[in-house]
Amino acid sequence: MEMLEFVVPALNVKAILPQAILSLTALTVLLVGVSSPHNKKTSSLGYLSLVGVVVALISTLMINGARESAYNGMVLMDGFSSFITLIVCIVTLLTILSSINYQRFFPRLNCGEYYCLLLFAAVGMSFMGSAGNLLMIFLALETMSISIYVLAGFKSDEAQSIESAMKYFLLGAFASGFLLFGFALVYGCTGTMDLVKISAFLTAHPEVIHSKMLMGGVALMTVGFGFKVAMFPFHMWTPDVYEGAPTSITGFMATGVKAAAFAALLRVFFVALGHLQADWTGIMWLLAFLTMTIGNVVALSQTNIKRMLAYSSIAHAGYLLVGFVAGSKLGQSGILFYLLSYAFTNLGAFGVIALLGRDGGEYTSLDDFAGLGFKYPLMGLAMAVFMFSMAGIPPASGFMGKFYLFSSAMKAGFIWLAIFGVINSVISLYYYLRVVVVMYFKEVERDVVMPKPSAAVVVGLVIAAIGVLQMGIFPSYFWDMARQSVQAMLM
Amino acid sequence: MNQLNFPIISLVTFFPIFGVLILLMIDKESEDVLRGTAVAFSVIEFFLSLPLIFYFNDATHQMQFVELIPWIKSFGINYYLGIDGISLWLVILTTFLTPICVLCSWTYIQKYVKEYMICLLLLETAMLGALVSLDMILFYVFWELMLIPMYLLIGVWGGKERIYAAVKFFIYTAAGSVFMLLSIIFLYYYNYKVTGVYTFSILELYKLNIPVSVQFWLCLAFFVSFAIKVPMFPLHTWLPDAHVQAPTAGSVILAGVLLKMGTYGFLRFAMPLFPYATHQFMPVIATLAVIGIVYGALVAMVQPDMKKLVAYSSVSHLGYVMLGLFALNMQGVEGGIYQMLNHGISTGALFLIVGMIYERRHTRMIKDFGGIAKVMPVFATFFMIATLSSVAVPGTNGFVGEFMILVGAFRSFPIFAVVAASGAILGALYMLWMYQRVMFCPLDKPENEKLKDLNAREIITLLPLAVLVFVMGFFPGLFLRKMDATVSYFLKDFNTRYEAYAQQQQQPTIGDRIAAVMQIKDNKNITVE
Repeated sequence: MEMLEFVVPALNVKAILPQAILSLTALTVLLVGVSSPHNKKTSSLGYLSLVGVVVALISTLMINGARESAYNGMVLMDGFSSFITLIVCIVTLLTILSSINYQRFFPRLNCGEYYCLLLFAAVGMSFMGSAGNLLMIFLALETMSISIYVLAGFKSDEAQSIESAMKYFLLGAFASGFLLFGFALVYGCTGTMDLVKISAFLTAHPEVIHSKMLMGGVALMTVGFGFKVAMFPFHMWTPDVYEGAPTSITGFMATGVKAAAFAALLRVFFVALGHLQADWTGIMWLLAFLTMTIGNVVALSQTNIKRMLAYSSIAHAGYLLVGFVAGSKLGQSGILFYLLSYAFTNLGAFGVIALLGRDGGEYTSLDDFAGLGFKYPLMGLAMAVFMFSMAGIPPASGFMGKFYLFSSAMKAGFIWLAIFGVINSVISLYYYLRVVVVMYFKEVERDVVMPKPSAAVVVGLVIAAIGVLQMGIFPSYFWDMARQSVQAMLM
Repeated sequence: MNQLNFPIISLVTFFPIFGVLILLMIDKESEDVLRGTAVAFSVIEFFLSLPLIFYFNDATHQMQFVELIPWIKSFGINYYLGIDGISLWLVILTTFLTPICVLCSWTYIQKYVKEYMICLLLLETAMLGALVSLDMILFYVFWELMLIPMYLLIGVWGGKERIYAAVKFFIYTAAGSVFMLLSIIFLYYYNYKVTGVYTFSILELYKLNIPVSVQFWLCLAFFVSFAIKVPMFPLHTWLPDAHVQAPTAGSVILAGVLLKMGTYGFLRFAMPLFPYATHQFMPVIATLAVIGIVYGALVAMVQPDMKKLVAYSSVSHLGYVMLGLFALNMQGVEGGIYQMLNHGISTGALFLIVGMIYERRHTRMIKDFGGIAKVMPVFATFFMIATLSSVAVPGTNGFVGEFMILVGAFRSFPIFAVVAASGAILGALYMLWMYQRVMFCPLDKPENEKLKDLNAREIITLLPLAVLVFVMGFFPGLFLRKMDATVSYFLKDFNTRYEAYAQQQQQPTIGDRIAAVMQIKDNKNITVE
């Protein structure tokens, strides 16, 4: 009888260092949270998690550039995964900074579970960027998603928050099912779950490439990933979930989940299924066009700023898909650059919105911002910068991001897509400007008193604003980094 | 070429930002300090820009005071600045008008003084940046950057309908320019395909030989973007709204410099990049320009609101500029550039004057006035000078510009020139009629009897403009000499390249095409055999 060979995988700590640090911090925070009395008015848990994220961020920057495949190809460590981990760390960092202020209005959030789940979600996100195996992608996706389902419903005394969590969970579970089924079909065709091996198999057996089963697998995977990035027509959950979730989490969802899902999407579609590029380009072209158009057009009529930014997040998924359609290295680096820029911008915007909380409630209607620009000049300025960045007006980073994405589309010959992209930018101008309009041009209607923001959130907003301007005025540093990380993607 | 070996253009461009930083540190309650600081910075800025005139070498068409530093290396985007005879005077006009704008807002702006001054100075940097950029992406960044402070100026400090006007202004202009951006990116990749070099440098891209069919669309994108800014009929509708709602200084900057960005854009980018397409568009543009001249004048004539009247007169005046530029001869182009400066000065002065009377009476309706000359003689004098300049009476700057444009236009398209000349008559009609109704009619409104004449600050604001009206009217050579070399090179280069395109375009006749098709068929037959 043949003995089953059991190989203990060599523990390659280096390949999972940032994730390991994040996980350890998560567990520590959980333990500390349990042992400390509840509802304590301190933010020690937040700062503790902050330390962990900063260490993870530093470790990411230090190992940046190393290339290896660990755990039998389950985890790929390359420039690409480093960049995604970098984005995830920045996203988590800004979210925690904003949460530390936000939890003053909602003391329920000040507990070990909140930060623990946040950090575990970050672990999942970062593994989605470094997964080299379909199974690993699924595990990472679920780690991320389950944490976020809970986080979305964290204000458990508010019906809206519960509804948000429930909606996200139910639809998310469906989407995961589609994704898993897609993986199964791909496995059925190629006999492997390893991304690099799938590609090798397809090279060796070109007859499989156009089999219906593989096509079905690709289609189902598109549904699964499309749900996570809020791509049309799988975007319907976005506004309700974003509106109901705690504001500090909404920004996290909009940026972190999007970055992670795009990372996995890029790896699966370009590394494993690169042979099918010609087949998916057409449908992705259409989806990119519809996603940005529907997001922008519906956002025009929103009066709640969280809903407006939810639709704007759909539109931004559309812009990112433009880079995906372009398909070139330039497009992929454009996506990475844009994801980082969007992270700074969007978390900054949600950070500002979270500032306007009060005990047990929030000001999220656009009218609540009336006159705030002059009343709180720095906050107003920061918000204006974020809005101009989202609209793609220089010198904010959003302009450079769009410039890279659209020029990659132009270079690849998708001129009409680029034209629709810029038309959409103009449409989006209207609703982004509306925030500036109410902040600066309208007189104060209701007296919204903003409690003095804590130092943490100020630091967070300053980091976000500096990030936006740095990426807009001197984009070379991050652009070169994004370019190199795509070059260094393990194939 | 940089004759000073000193980054003077950067200094001039970013000096206002330095002023912004100082303003940020001043307490927002001490409003007079804020105003004084802003005046000081804008005046120093003007003096800093003067060496550009003194050291300008008028014998060469090349870019001067050039600065070139890589900005985004992997994309070949450079921080590339320079000035030639076309941009020199526009830069000076900008630095000249900004202190005037700051001065005229001294009492007009009462709320958020600090933010207002910051916006003005930021706007100055953006405008200067757009005028001196030789890299298209750098240009685009400044071009879009101009929108933000102007948008805030209209939206925060404007009149009743300010929000509508501000948003309309922003979206109109931005909508035009995004297509220009795509066009720029296309040019960039096309240039790479042909030459193997990644560059956005405008001087390099001039050399490109662009297939005519593509050229048409690229040129159209640039044209629409600039035509919105100019604004040319029928894309002008944002202008009256923006002008009427903007605070005085906003109108002055808008008329004085921002609109010139459009005409400057034609001259710097659209025309030399696409000579063949420009030639194709020539009749269309000339027609629209003439329509703009006559239509602007006719609409101006029936306006009950003084500011709106001046706004529509802008449409008419810029029609002249466009007609001159597209005459594509020495007189036309130089006249066009000269008229850009004139318009900045005369219309700027008119907006200031309307602003001053509005500050006193809180109305701009012509029917509310009458006989003002009796109570405000100094005001009447300045108003007369500005009116005469706008009407282009000989001896004022307006005459020189309009005359040169008409001479140039007559050489290229005589019929248009004749129609355009009628615009000059209409111009005299609406301006003088307004002057008469406001200043001369009987002084029958009691509110008007107690109006105070101009104070020292207001006289200081208007005096430089009034002096320039005559200096530019009597000594146009001082100004034209600096642009001669550049403009004549521009035309020579334009014509040689147009000829080259035209030769390539020796269109095959239908007979040739049929022959070509036959030949293909023949070849096929041969291969089949």
